[in-house]
Amino acid sequence: MSSTTPTLSANAVERARQSTEVRVFEPHKVGLPPMSRYFKDMWARRSFANELSRAEMRAAQTSTFFGRLWLVINPLLLSLVYFLLVGILSGKALSLMNFAHLLVTLFAFYFISNCITGGAMSVIKGSKLVMNQAFPRALLPMSAVRTSLRRFAPTLIVTGAIMLIARVPIGFATLMAIPAFAILMVFGAGLAMLFGTLQVYFRDTSAFLPYFVRIWLYLSPVIWTAEAVVGGKFDLPIIKFNPLYPMFVAYNDALLRNEVSAPWMWAAGIAWALVAFVGGGLYFISREREFSVRL
Amino acid sequence: MSFDVNTPAAAATAPTDTMAPLAHSEEAAAEQRQVVGMDRSSEVAVKVEHLDVVYRTSYEKVPTFKSALKRLGKGERVVKEVLALQDVSFEITHGTVLGIVGHNGAGKSTLMRAISGILPPSSGRIEVHGRLSTLLALGVGFNTALSGTENVMLGGLAAGLSRDEVNERYQEIADFAELGDFIDMPMRTYSSGMFSRLAFSVAVHMEPDVLIIDEALSAGDAKFKKKAAQKMDELMGQARTMLLVSHALGTIKDMCNDAIWLDHGRLMRRGDPTEIVNAYLKHLEVGDDASAMEDL
Repeated sequence: MSSTTPTLSANAVERARQSTEVRVFEPHKVGLPPMSRYFKDMWARRSFANELSRAEMRAAQTSTFFGRLWLVINPLLLSLVYFLLVGILSGKALSLMNFAHLLVTLFAFYFISNCITGGAMSVIKGSKLVMNQAFPRALLPMSAVRTSLRRFAPTLIVTGAIMLIARVPIGFATLMAIPAFAILMVFGAGLAMLFGTLQVYFRDTSAFLPYFVRIWLYLSPVIWTAEAVVGGKFDLPIIKFNPLYPMFVAYNDALLRNEVSAPWMWAAGIAWALVAFVGGGLYFISREREFSVRL
Repeated sequence: MSFDVNTPAAAATAPTDTMAPLAHSEEAAAEQRQVVGMDRSSEVAVKVEHLDVVYRTSYEKVPTFKSALKRLGKGERVVKEVLALQDVSFEITHGTVLGIVGHNGAGKSTLMRAISGILPPSSGRIEVHGRLSTLLALGVGFNTALSGTENVMLGGLAAGLSRDEVNERYQEIADFAELGDFIDMPMRTYSSGMFSRLAFSVAVHMEPDVLIIDEALSAGDAKFKKKAAQKMDELMGQARTMLLVSHALGTIKDMCNDAIWLDHGRLMRRGDPTEIVNAYLKHLEVGDDASAMEDL
């Protein structure tokens, strides 16, 4: 301690005075931290979520040209497989429009699927950081949503191409695809937070996810269309309770038909997205104090 | 300054008959602060008031849905409530180097996590004035698939620094850690020494007002230890506030000008580091607590 001189000490006083940052940690009320500060902190550290997503994409080489190409080729090949499969099973000749529907919706489904799987692993992958540093943990699943979005972006080129090839009507209502996708994003963010929390408590969640996601794909209007089931034996009211049903219908109506879906479709989509976002968010944030002792 | 070389065994030979009442110890500590020119009692750095930390954790090594279902069938519960800290109160001013001693599981690391904001209080209040930097036992490098550079950037951004602020410090961090080309390689290729060196370098170069170091001083080889010791001296010279958890009691005596002793989550004593260390050692000698004896 003998190296301390009064001058240095005075500098330190000055520095301490300049540093006005005061952090107060108090018990969480009803398990939740003060929300306004939480969101302020999240916004202030948004560059962390962006950088994390960027770094992970670099590590997975999805930021390279061939990496991105693969993001397009993969769902494209899968669409072809489903196209053939549905064609054979239904025994009908499928149109280019059917293929466009399959492709466009499959890309959107992949976005949701990436939110779920990426979100589920987000907290576990960041466990060292969670145990060493204080920051709003919700940034981790949000970073996974950003990654999903970045992985979705290149598929838009294929979407545009197929729209031109299939000569889908394009007009003002096509733009409604933007709010429809925004609803999907909010829904995806909610799911990322929900599964991120579940994975901390049940480490085998990620092992169940591929099956869960695959079943959800079959139950959603991706490889079948909403109209195709009308009057058939699968025309059950329950299929409309699938949160992705109204979201995909609204997205497809806008993108492939230049139509605005019925208001109830929009209302149902928005309601599901909000339920997932608020529910998933509250569940995540109310549990995040425990993450540092559970990881 | 000898750094991390005084083993607890060496410290154990120190006389234990110098124990003084708490009030006297605080006076002595204040006096010592005065001597080294750090008496800034008006400038609170960390204030802990009636801190309780309770958390629920699981016995299971890997909690799974499968085992949860099995337990549900048997009606078992594996979640236990840990009362890690009970009614802990203390206050330190800027320039204090506070040593924290106690047996394994005494609550030292929980206290450090609570002050860092990682594990917020169950009741009570914590105030931290100034920028905080933590070097906890686990270190930096949270994602081993990413390079050292990427991890430094991510750690800095998570700590609330801007990209420019991290970039400003980056060269210094990289130079100090002496990783050479490894800095741009995935951290899974690092040796454990490289991990610790980078972690130490990041923590000390964040220009913290309050630096928390938990059992992380034994980083690297002898050469790096010497360099780390010099850096710590430099930081102390700038009268930064430090909270230091170490089982190397010699380090606590050498580096700190104030100390607290935790036992089973309670604050037993506070005062001059030598007195606290001696009191703790005396407790260990008379105590029959097996976990406490591990420290000797």
